[in-house]
Formats: sequence, C-alpha cells, structure tokens
Amino acid sequence: MAEDILGAGTEGADIVSAGPEFHPMEQFTLEPLFGGHAINWYTPTNLTLWMGVAIVAVILLLVVGTRRRAIVPSRTQSVAELAYGFVYSMVEDVAGKDGLKYFPYIMTLFIFIVFSNFLGLIPLSYSTTSQFAVTVPLALLVFFTVTIIGFVKHGIGFLGLFWVSAAPLALRPILAVIELISYFVRPVSHSIRLAGNVMAGHAVIEVFAVFVGVSVFIAPLAFIGIVGMFAMDVLVAFIQAYVFTILTCVYLKDALHPAH
Amino acid sequence: MAQDTTEVVGELTEQIGEGGGMPQLDFANYPNQIFWLAVSLVIIYFILSRVVLPRVSSVLAERQGTITNDIATADELKQKAVEAEEAYLKALADARAEAGRIVAEAKLEIQAELDVAIAKADAEIAAKAAESEVAIGEIRKGALKAVETVARSTATEIIKAVMPGAGDAKAVTAAVKSQLKGA
Amino acid sequence: MEGDIVEMGKFIGAGLATIGMGGAAIGVGSIVGNFLSGALRNPSAAGGQTAMLFIGIAFAEAFGIFSFLVALLLMFAV
Repeated sequence: MAEDILGAGTEGADIVSAGPEFHPMEQFTLEPLFGGHAINWYTPTNLTLWMGVAIVAVILLLVVGTRRRAIVPSRTQSVAELAYGFVYSMVEDVAGKDGLKYFPYIMTLFIFIVFSNFLGLIPLSYSTTSQFAVTVPLALLVFFTVTIIGFVKHGIGFLGLFWVSAAPLALRPILAVIELISYFVRPVSHSIRLAGNVMAGHAVIEVFAVFVGVSVFIAPLAFIGIVGMFAMDVLVAFIQAYVFTILTCVYLKDALHPAH
Repeated sequence: MAQDTTEVVGELTEQIGEGGGMPQLDFANYPNQIFWLAVSLVIIYFILSRVVLPRVSSVLAERQGTITNDIATADELKQKAVEAEEAYLKALADARAEAGRIVAEAKLEIQAELDVAIAKADAEIAAKAAESEVAIGEIRKGALKAVETVARSTATEIIKAVMPGAGDAKAVTAAVKSQLKGA
Repeated sequence: MEGDIVEMGKFIGAGLATIGMGGAAIGVGSIVGNFLSGALRNPSAAGGQTAMLFIGIAFAEAFGIFSFLVALLLMFAV
C-alpha cells in the first residue's frame, strides 16, 4: 500500500491524486517495434529504429552531402569536412602522428555518438546513448582495444605506464596501485559519463514537463526551464561526444607512448 | 524452451518497468541492445572507411593542391608585375639619360656655332676697324696736306698783301712746312 | 509503516546524493575559472589547451553524474 503511493507508479497516482505523476525514466524503456513483449537479442526495437535513423542521417549528411566532391564546398559538404578535420586534428594533436592509423575507428565512435546524441534530442525520439547497454560496450571496446594495442606495441613494457619513474622510489609501488585502479576505472567513468549526461538531461526535461501540467502559474516557469535545459542538452550532446572521443585519444596515446 | 524463458523474462521486466524502475538496468535487454549497437557500429564504420573518409580526404587534398597552385600562379604573376615595373623604370631612366645626352649635344652644337659666329663677327669687326683706321689715317693725311696747302696759300697771300713783290713761293712753303712740323 | 520508512529513506538518500552534484559544479567552476585566468595572462597559449580544459571538465563532471546516478538508483531501482 505505502509502496504503491511512493513508488512513483501509476497506481500511486490514483491515491495521491493531488500530486503530479513522475515518470522521468519511462522514456528510456526499450519496446519492440512490431508489437509483442518478448525482446530477444534480434528483436527490432525502438533502439534499432533510432540507430537506423542515425545511420540514415550519416548517409545523408556524409555520403550524399559530399557526392559532388566540389572544390568550393556546399553547406553539407563543409559540415562533413569540418567533422573530418575536427576529429583528424584531435587524433593528431592528442595521440600523435602514429595514432592516425586508428583515425577511422575514432571517427566512427565520434560520428555514432554525436548523431545519436542529437537525434535523441528530437522530442519523442529514443536516445540510444542514454543506455548503459550502449555506452558500456563502447567504453569496453575502447578499453580492450587500447590495452591490446599497448601490449602488442610494447610487450611487457606497457606496464611502465603504471610505474611512475618520475616519483621517488619509495612512492612508486603506492602510485602503481593508484594508477592501476585508475586504469581500470577508466571504462566505468568513460561509459557512465556519456550515458549519465544524456540521461540526466532527458530526465530533467521530463520533470519540468510534468510541472507544466501542474498549474497555470508554474507552467511558464517550467516552460522556461525546459527551454533552458534543452539548450544545455544541445551543448552537452556535442561536448559529451567530444569528451568521449578525446578521452579515447588520450587512452590511445597512453597505449602508444606508455612512458611517463 | 529458451524462447519461452526470454519471453517470460521480457514480460517480467515490463512489469518492473511499469513500476518505474530504471530501464537502463534491465539486464535482460542487454543482448538485444548490444547486438544492434554492434550492427550499427559496423555499418557506420564501413560507410565511413569505404566512402566518406577517402572522399573527404581526397577533396581536402585536391583543394590543398588547388590552393597551392593558385598561390604559385599568383606569385608568378606578382613576379611578372615586378619585372614589368623594373623594365618600365629602366626604360624611363634610359629615356631620361637619352634626353640629357641630346640636350648636352644640342648645347655643345649651339656653343660651337655661337663660337664660330662670334669669331666671325670679331674678325669682321677687326677688319672693319682696320679699314676704318686706314680711312682715318688717309683722312688725317689728307687733312694735313689740306692744312699745309691752306697755310701755304694763306701765308703767300698774306705776304703778297703785306709786302707786294717780296718773297717767293719756295720760301713760304719751306717756312710753313717747318712750322707745321714744329707744331 | 515499515515500507513508509524505507520509502522515506529512499527519497532522503536521493536528495542527499544530489548534493554531490554541487561538488561537481564547484569543481567545474574552479577548472574553468583557473583556465580563464591563465588564458587572460597568456592568451596565445590558451588555444592549445582547450582540449585539456574539456578533459578536466569531463573528469570533474563525471563525479557529479555519478552522484546523480546514485540519486536515480535510489529513486527508481532500489
């Protein structure tokens, strides 16, 4: 009984009729596209739909937009060139010249995240990057790839990453433990940062949206809140894609040049 | 059998979802999401690496080439302009030198002509002066003779008048002559 | 009655967890403020350090997001 009231559920609203209904997390529910309840590993869901939309957007903007190969670029072509130059210089500046070999993979990550983030901002859309099931594999992919690259390139010398040769000898084992922990925390923070930011933005907008329906006096304030949060989310959508990519570059740099 | 299990799990999770849980922590849906994530990533990777990246990099390289060419052409043209300006200045300087030379030559010629003319005029003047001197000398001579003649005739007449029959012309003439020489 | 207390604890815990976001805000503000003061002293070197700025912001912000996540977990998942 009491759990029903405070469980933020639909049943609770019947009893506490005065209070607003909060379902800020409902927008992230995975649903099969073609009815039914079962979600097998192959079932097309709303996540599939919006990933497909992202792929179509990538094709429209990056493939169709650049099809003329103009010397003086059109608008869409210059967007594609801008994205290319942005990621390319990021990889070159952070990971170094020998990191450019991995540029297509990093570009794939960036394009996927930035398109997913922005498509998730469309009202009633499903933001794929708010799912831990999406960001955790991404972060683990980066983590394992980078670790494997490090060991392949430097062999056992890659462990020098944890042995801070600049520190006094007595401190080095302690620092090694700290470095080791921080190394293994990387995928956690890497994935939760992205999903958490996107989720937080959407959930807060949802909460404000609930307040719009509460009373005529609160509605304008809540509306301003929604607009402000939306602007913030547009910023966050880009910055989080940028941060995810640049952290990937930083980790890649650590793998390519492990010496401290 | 496995199908049934996943269906049951799906129904269960949906019931939990209705209760307001976090759909992100619904681990039963993870295989599905990871599967579709992998599919999309692979598709995007192939779109990018097969089509977009080569295309964009070739366009950028081409543009870089064009810009380099254009800058080279512009440099060439600038060089040409500088050369043309140099040639123009040189021609101007040459023309100026030529003009100076012509002026100097003309000056020299005029000077020479002037000198010749002056010399000629001087000669003419000298000749005229000499002629005039000769004429003056003759006139002076004539005048002296005339004075002698007048003096002689006058003296003769005076003598005739003072003492008629006295004296003779020869003595008078001698006297006059000696007088004129003494004067 | 017992459920009431559990629910109350959940909400109080969630509210307390959000205080952590204030810490993240302080951290981000400190990073950006120091970056700005450094950038105003030497504007020519600032351009090359924007990547470091964003990495720093991302690290500081991650902990705010963690606390937000804890709040969400308490509200919806516990």
